[in-house]
Amino acid sequence: MIRVEEKTLGLIVNPVAGLGGRVGLKGSDGAEIQRKALELGAIPQAHNRTVQALEVLKSMRDRLEVITYPGEMGEDAAREGGFEPRVIGTIKPGETTPEDTKKAALEMQRLNVDLLLFAGGDGTARDICNAVVQSLPVLGIPAGVKIHSAVFGTSPRSAGDLAASYLAGKVSRLRESEVMDIDEEAFRQGILSARLYGYLRIPFRRRLVQSLKAASSAGEETSQRAIAAEVGDGMEDDYLYIIGPGTTTRAIASHVGLTKTLLGVDVVKRGELVAIDASESQLLELLQGAKAKIVVTPIGGQGYIFGRGNQQISPEVIRRVGKDNIIVVSTAEKVNSLGGRPLRVDTGDRLLDEMLSGYIRVVVGYNEHTVYKVAC
Amino acid sequence: MSQDITEHRYENGKPKLRRFHQARWDEPIIFELSREGQRGILVPEVEDEIRDRVGDVMAPLPQYMRRKRPPKLPEVSQPQVLRHYVRLSQENLGTDLNIDVGQGTCTMKYSPKINEQLVRMPKMADVHPLQDEATVQGILEVMYRFEEILKKISGLDRFSLQPGAGSAAIYTNVSIIRAYHEARGEAAKRDEIITTIFSHPSNAACAKTAGYKIITLYPDEDGYPDLDALKAAVSERTAGLLITNPEDTGIFNPRIQEFVEVVHEAGGLCFYDQANANGILGITRARDAGFDLCHFNLHKTFSSPHGCGGPAVGAIGATQELSKFLPVPVVEFDGSRYHLNHDLPDSIGKIGPFYGVAPVVLRAYAWVMSLGPEGLREVAEIAVLNNNYLLKRMLEIPGVSAPYARGKRRIEQVRYSWEELARDTGVHSEEIGLRAADFGVHYWTSHHPFIVPEPCTLEPTESYSKEELDEYAAILAHVAAEARTNPELVKSAPHNSTIHTIDHAPLDDPSQWAMTWRAYRRKVREDGESGPTKE
Repeated sequence: MIRVEEKTLGLIVNPVAGLGGRVGLKGSDGAEIQRKALELGAIPQAHNRTVQALEVLKSMRDRLEVITYPGEMGEDAAREGGFEPRVIGTIKPGETTPEDTKKAALEMQRLNVDLLLFAGGDGTARDICNAVVQSLPVLGIPAGVKIHSAVFGTSPRSAGDLAASYLAGKVSRLRESEVMDIDEEAFRQGILSARLYGYLRIPFRRRLVQSLKAASSAGEETSQRAIAAEVGDGMEDDYLYIIGPGTTTRAIASHVGLTKTLLGVDVVKRGELVAIDASESQLLELLQGAKAKIVVTPIGGQGYIFGRGNQQISPEVIRRVGKDNIIVVSTAEKVNSLGGRPLRVDTGDRLLDEMLSGYIRVVVGYNEHTVYKVAC
Repeated sequence: MSQDITEHRYENGKPKLRRFHQARWDEPIIFELSREGQRGILVPEVEDEIRDRVGDVMAPLPQYMRRKRPPKLPEVSQPQVLRHYVRLSQENLGTDLNIDVGQGTCTMKYSPKINEQLVRMPKMADVHPLQDEATVQGILEVMYRFEEILKKISGLDRFSLQPGAGSAAIYTNVSIIRAYHEARGEAAKRDEIITTIFSHPSNAACAKTAGYKIITLYPDEDGYPDLDALKAAVSERTAGLLITNPEDTGIFNPRIQEFVEVVHEAGGLCFYDQANANGILGITRARDAGFDLCHFNLHKTFSSPHGCGGPAVGAIGATQELSKFLPVPVVEFDGSRYHLNHDLPDSIGKIGPFYGVAPVVLRAYAWVMSLGPEGLREVAEIAVLNNNYLLKRMLEIPGVSAPYARGKRRIEQVRYSWEELARDTGVHSEEIGLRAADFGVHYWTSHHPFIVPEPCTLEPTESYSKEELDEYAAILAHVAAEARTNPELVKSAPHNSTIHTIDHAPLDDPSQWAMTWRAYRRKVREDGESGPTKE
């Protein structure tokens, strides 16, 4: 006997996602850029990619209600993908903004959707992250120019597949995954500066799905607690601990009884927080005449340990602390998800990057380390 | 015209896939079968005269050893018990029932039934471990001779057959590594053990359980163990290297000797996990690559059955220098009699009761003696040939790949990836295995680490014929084709098997996993007591 359980799927399409990419604009944020992109002959990507993802979900049609926004924000794609969606909200066709995305996400959260599936890029992920509570399961269909966040499937099909597995109960776990975005204005001028904006909970398959990272034999939080015990118990009183952003580094702070900012760089000494969300200049000030260690974890799907999401830990800060005092922590699944690619550094200081390259010890569990390759 | 009665099994000259349906009995658990008052045996009343003469048989039993209440055994009749367990056995897909190449890393070779008869002979089965040594010279001789055989196969100087499993053997070796450093006054300083990610995970697990920090190395760009990473990892804190070769990917590390040298230079010892020895028996030897210690699994490589998780034997070998640390007792021969020596002053101590698992040793001994040295080498050669034949057949299936060391041959197994098929069809490795069960074969998705995407590990051993490997490959090719034409059929499998699908999530989670009924009640149902059950 198969139990038929009705599930609800929230669907949001950012119709202008991916507009900038094909015409070399490195992003699509801002009305001016979108107009320019369309003038240059850009074709929106999000609609087709959403239809591809929904194809995979079609077999669940009888037991799945799709709730979406009108027209280009989901309704069109849902219909083309073979669904009869329940349409909520109103939009001005051709003039949708990030506010529409946020409004849609908030309403779908209110309607208790089982999963919020969205098509877009880092900007869209950021809008959704700002709008919803973190407990809502979310998954991204990659359709934007910028995909630094770890909340997307590797392809539209794989996003659809993961959504289907989650809704069918074959995948029951969720994991906190980074929402990252770069400063598009700076990016268009050739400066890459990715920041960590927050976390969303996405479905998590036990067996490896490349972009969603591998599972170890223990759950994500269990692994993080093990790493936290290893690093936390080894903290020495005469050192400052400069702790970078991330859920794994946050677990270390929790282990020693502190509440760390998720997105900022905090500094700990003798079990006390001596700086919260510190800037580079604050860090340099604290480092005057002090011994220190830096604790960082790879941010985003690309394995960057420096230069993405933790730029406050600047080349100057790293040089003062010294390579030997860098503690890299990562769950084994995050290391595994690199698929053999090295960890990366991009501090903006070529010589420093080269000095940091080679092999580095990574704490992957309690009494568990790896010696892993770093490249720049 | 005569009719070929096997004709229906062929299509265009090729065998068709087997039509199969597994037994499905909907059998209740034994406790649910229980009916008050049902009995398997009615024990006759004791006659008065006997009772008078013997007196109270319970009297000598101390009060504290008596149960206050009888055990809650199910009350069932003999035929019910028989039917119950026969039915359960029919709902299994064990190694005597299927082409068992799908449980890679486990070396599921055929265990000759005649060896089973040997261990069940009264001469063996009725031996008591407390018997005087003079009365068990036979099995002691078998153990002594088998040790001599393992010495030849490995090149090492002394063996112990005491550990009751592969992991027990690895743990014992870790204990010997510690004893060695302790004897040199370096045990406190040397607190790290190095292994590779594709060495069997028991290596990391045992060393960690024994209190060491583990450093795991990932493969280099070519998919081989990374020598530069090893050089970066060794230090004055290195206690030892635990490494499998070939690794669980089936890739043989051609620079294994350099690995050993790097660790020796740093002052560490090197242990060779030979759980994957089936493709190198009689071809390469642990000692020749410089290893100090090794272990063999008699329950896989040497044909003794796995016994559903034991009992087994992980035979451990050591150099002359380290043999004084071996667990006791060791079997010795004075030229006329065999005896057990419990007196090794530097021994790590006793790790199990009595002789170890004697029947497993007897089966392994009988198996090796039936083959001889040339036969043993032929086992390895056929296992490698079978594996590389299956590799070729597998790579003909669209969507299958063999990651790492691409284009190179493998030793005795291959960890495959269905990543491309999964990307094209949304069908995952696990679902392929469930569908394969519909054709009567076992398949699994590999143990951790979960690095190879959508993995499966196949190890054909020397036991299967070309036709059988063809049948296995044809089943997987058929399922892969179904994934492209009818993915729902595969995703909803199995259709012809006993059990549908189970949720693996609790198996990964220490707060949820439950190895016993009591743990299940406590952790999952939350109605159990957390302490020992009260009477």
